[in-house]
Amino acid sequence: MRSFWSITLATLTKDIRLEWRSKDALNAMLFFSLLVVVIFMFSFDPLAEESRHIVGGLVWVAFLFAAVVALNQTWARELRNQVLDAYRVSPAAANALFVAKALGNFILVSLLEALMAPLFVVFYNLRVLGPAWQLIPVALLGTWALVVNGTFFAAMSIRTRSRELMLPLLLFPVSIPAVIGMVAATTSILTGEDSAHFYIVLLLTYDVVFTTACLALFETVLQAE
Amino acid sequence: MNSASSIKFLYAAYIATWLIHALYLGSLLRRYSRLRQQMKDVGK
Amino acid sequence: MKRAFPILAVLTAFLLAYALYQALVVAPTDALQGDVYRIIYYHVPSAWTAFLLFFINFIASVQYLASARPSTQRALKWIVVALGIIGLIAPFVPQVRQQLPVGMYPSSVATTALILVGLYFLIGRYFPGQDLDVLAVTAAEVGVVFCSIVLVTGPIWARPVWGIWWAPGDIRLTATLVLWLIYVSYLVLRRFSDSAQTQKLAAVLAVFGALDVPLVYFSIWYFRTQHPQPVIGGGGSMDPRMLHVLLISWMAFLCFAFLVCWSRFRLEKLRREVEEAEALESLLEPGGPTTQTSKARVPLSRGPQ
Repeated sequence: MRSFWSITLATLTKDIRLEWRSKDALNAMLFFSLLVVVIFMFSFDPLAEESRHIVGGLVWVAFLFAAVVALNQTWARELRNQVLDAYRVSPAAANALFVAKALGNFILVSLLEALMAPLFVVFYNLRVLGPAWQLIPVALLGTWALVVNGTFFAAMSIRTRSRELMLPLLLFPVSIPAVIGMVAATTSILTGEDSAHFYIVLLLTYDVVFTTACLALFETVLQAE
Repeated sequence: MNSASSIKFLYAAYIATWLIHALYLGSLLRRYSRLRQQMKDVGK
Repeated sequence: MKRAFPILAVLTAFLLAYALYQALVVAPTDALQGDVYRIIYYHVPSAWTAFLLFFINFIASVQYLASARPSTQRALKWIVVALGIIGLIAPFVPQVRQQLPVGMYPSSVATTALILVGLYFLIGRYFPGQDLDVLAVTAAEVGVVFCSIVLVTGPIWARPVWGIWWAPGDIRLTATLVLWLIYVSYLVLRRFSDSAQTQKLAAVLAVFGALDVPLVYFSIWYFRTQHPQPVIGGGGSMDPRMLHVLLISWMAFLCFAFLVCWSRFRLEKLRREVEEAEALESLLEPGGPTTQTSKARVPLSRGPQ
C-alpha cells in the first residue's frame, strides 16, 4: 500500500521526465509566452507615465494566458493512454494524482513566468518602488491559485465538447478574486503606493479554501469520467 | 442630467426587463413545442 | 395541480400590474434623483430574486452531492442546524450588531437565517433524488435571467444619476457580475458536457462558485476602500413609502419567478422522460441499438440511480 506522497512523487517525476524527453510542447509554450509579452508591449505604451500602474495587470493577464495553455495539456497523456481507471482505486490515489498534476503544472507555469517576467522588466523599464521581496509570495500564491483550480477544472473538462475552451470558461470566473489580489498586490509593490498586505492574506485565504475544496471533491470528479 | 431626458432611462430599464423575460419565456415555449413533437415521434 | 397554473398566472399578472402602478404612480419622487430612481423597483427585486434562486441552486447541488453518501447527508444536516442557530443568535450579540450595515435590523438577519435553514430542509424533503438536480438546473437558469436584468438595469440607472455606466469599485454590481459569470459557466458546462455524470460535475462547480462569492466580496470591498467610487443604487436608509413599494414589487416578481421556475421544472422533467422513452425505444428495436434513428440516442447525461 503505497503512501500518498510516494504516489505523488512517482507521478510527478514521471511527468517531468516524459515532458523533458520531448521538449516540443514545452518549447512551443515558451515561445507562446514570449509572443504574449511582445504583443502587450506593442499594445500598451511602455513609455507612458502611468505604465507602472498598469503593468501589474498586464503581467498577470499574460501569466493567465500562458497558464491556460499549460493547463490544457494536463490530462492529455492520461487520456491518450486510458490510465485514469487505475487511479479510481482509492481516494488517496486520486488525491495523490491531483497533487502530482497540480505540482507539475505549478513548476511548468512558474517556468513560463520566469521567462516572461524579465521580459516585462526589460520592455517596460520596470523599477520596483515598493518592497520587492513581497513579489515572491505574491507570485507563489497567485500561481498556485491559478494552477490548483486550473488542474481541477481541466479534469472536469475532459469529457466536454470544446475541451480547450471549457477550461478557461470555468476557470476565469472563479479566479476573479485571486486575479484582483494578484494584480492589486503587484501594482502596490511596483508603485510603492499602498501596502500589499491585505491582498497577500486574500491570496493565502483563496489558496487554502480552494486547495481544500479541490482535494475534497477531486475524487467525485474523477469517478465522473 | 435633468429629469426630462433622464426619464427615457427609466422607460429603457423597464422595457429591457420585460424584453429579457419575454425572450426567456419564448425559449421555454419553443422547447415545449419541440418536446411535444418528439413525444409524438416516440409514440409512433 | 396543473389547473392551478393558469389561475396563478392571472393573479401574478395582476400583482405585477399593481406593482407597476405603485412604482410609477404611487411612490413619491426622489428629491435627488427625480423619477429615474424608480428603476430601483425593478432592479433590486430582480437582484434579491436572483440571489435567492442561486442560493436554492447551491442547496440543491450540495444535497445532490451528499445524496450518494448518507453519512455526509447526516453531517450536513447538523452543520446547517448549527449555522441556523448561529444566524439566529449572532446578530443580537453587541460586537456583531455593530458590524451590521446601517438600516439592517438584527431581527431581519435572524429571520433570513431561519428562512434559509428552512429552505434547506424543505428542499431536502420535497425534492428527492433526481428532482434535486432538476431543481438545480431550473434555479440556475431562471437565476441567470433575473441576474441579467440586474446587470442591464444597473448601468441604465447609473448613467443618468452618476454620469457613468459602470464603477469597478461598486461592490454589489461587480459581485453580481461575477455571480452571473459563474452561473453562465455552470450552464455552459451542463450544455457541453457529455459525461454520464454531468450533473455531479455541475453540482461541484456550484459549490466552487459558492465558495468564491465571499472572496469576491472581500476583494472588491478592500479595493473600494483604496479607490473610493460612487455606489450605484445608493446606500443607507430609505423612505418607508419607497420601501413599501419595493416590497410589493418584490412579492410580485417572486410570484412571477415561482411560475417561471415551475414551468422550467416541468419542462425538464418532461424532457428527461422523453429521453428515456427514446432510449428504451432504440434498445427494443428489432435490429437493436445499431439501427437507431438519428433522433433516438442513448442519453449520456444521466447516471444510474
